[in-house]
Amino acid sequence: MWIKILLIVAVVAVTVGLTRATGGARHQAVRRILLVVFVLAAGVSVLWPPLLTKAANLVGVGRGADLLLYALVIAFLTYISTSYRRMSRMSRDLTTLARELTLLRAQVEEDAGHADLHKSSTPGPQGLPRDTASTTYDSQRD
Amino acid sequence: MPSDLPDDDRVDVPADGLVHGPADDLGEGPADDLDDAWLVVPLYDEATVIGDVLREALGTFPSIVVVDDGSTDGSPAQARATGAHVLQHPVNLGQGAALQTGIAYALAHGARYVVTFDADGQHQVADAADMVRLARAEDLGAVLGSRFLDDRTQAGLVKRVVLRAAVWFTNATTGMRLTDAHNGLRVIRRDAALQIDLRQARMAHASEIIAQIARTGVPWREHPVHVLYTDYSRAKGQSVLNSVNILVDLVFK
Repeated sequence: MWIKILLIVAVVAVTVGLTRATGGARHQAVRRILLVVFVLAAGVSVLWPPLLTKAANLVGVGRGADLLLYALVIAFLTYISTSYRRMSRMSRDLTTLARELTLLRAQVEEDAGHADLHKSSTPGPQGLPRDTASTTYDSQRD
Repeated sequence: MPSDLPDDDRVDVPADGLVHGPADDLGEGPADDLDDAWLVVPLYDEATVIGDVLREALGTFPSIVVVDDGSTDGSPAQARATGAHVLQHPVNLGQGAALQTGIAYALAHGARYVVTFDADGQHQVADAADMVRLARAEDLGAVLGSRFLDDRTQAGLVKRVVLRAAVWFTNATTGMRLTDAHNGLRVIRRDAALQIDLRQARMAHASEIIAQIARTGVPWREHPVHVLYTDYSRAKGQSVLNSVNILVDLVFK
């Protein structure tokens, strides 16, 4: 039966999509085109139900409603996949942001401490470092 | 090498008294060869033990950076009282993220060797010191602790099976030949540490860090370490089920 092949291919495609690196604008475009197709198909199926059943029969499914259910399953899996990706990307960004903040705060506190300890020998706080990760060690030494 | 400025902050630290404190080193410069090795200690809710762990470690390693990962039990205050450098993540981000922050900080402060060290007291300071000396003596880019190279470590059966599986997985994906994959005690030389970029914020970073060390191509070796499973660490330790999470994190990026 065609539907079995189609469904399995779709499930595999979603899984592969999950494991692969995040796609860019092209993926988004494809998603939007699919969404339009989905909306059109939904409209057609409401207005002319026999058409949907005919399409279902073509791929070996008895009723149009069943085909709709299968399509829904695939759409849901895709949704999980994309939102998982978006979430992990966001948490990665949050991590980077929090790290910068943490290192910056430590830098500011150290500079303040040095200003107190060595008021005569060191210039005041150096302001914000350009790149926290590469904050120069040498500039902090006497 | 003169003690770096941040050490000055320790002068007015309440005495740690037990072993010889970092204050002993001030002025005449560090006597040991471990002054440029920075201990990186990710910290999350270990208030009952972190003070003792740090005080003991400071006797050997003058430079320690503790990265508090959003503890809610007052751990950072305990850590600060010992005189170690303490950074605080504004929110809980996971141990991998804390390690990365600590590594960045240590490198920015001129660390030649970065030593990752657990906060719960299951690692031995002497092992860490031996590993740094080994790295220096044999010019190694990384020395990785392994609890299976000798029989000092007493791990339960289930734990051993899970750890073996982790070793197998790590070896299969990185091409390295390790005997212990999820050991938190590691020494990484500066050039290799600069190339570490942990993106797995949660526990999967243990495999990730190995993979990234492998990719740098630096020479490395394993070193036998003793992991002390106390009732405390057993109660806190990760559940075996968590290995499922780790696997999922590694496969589904």
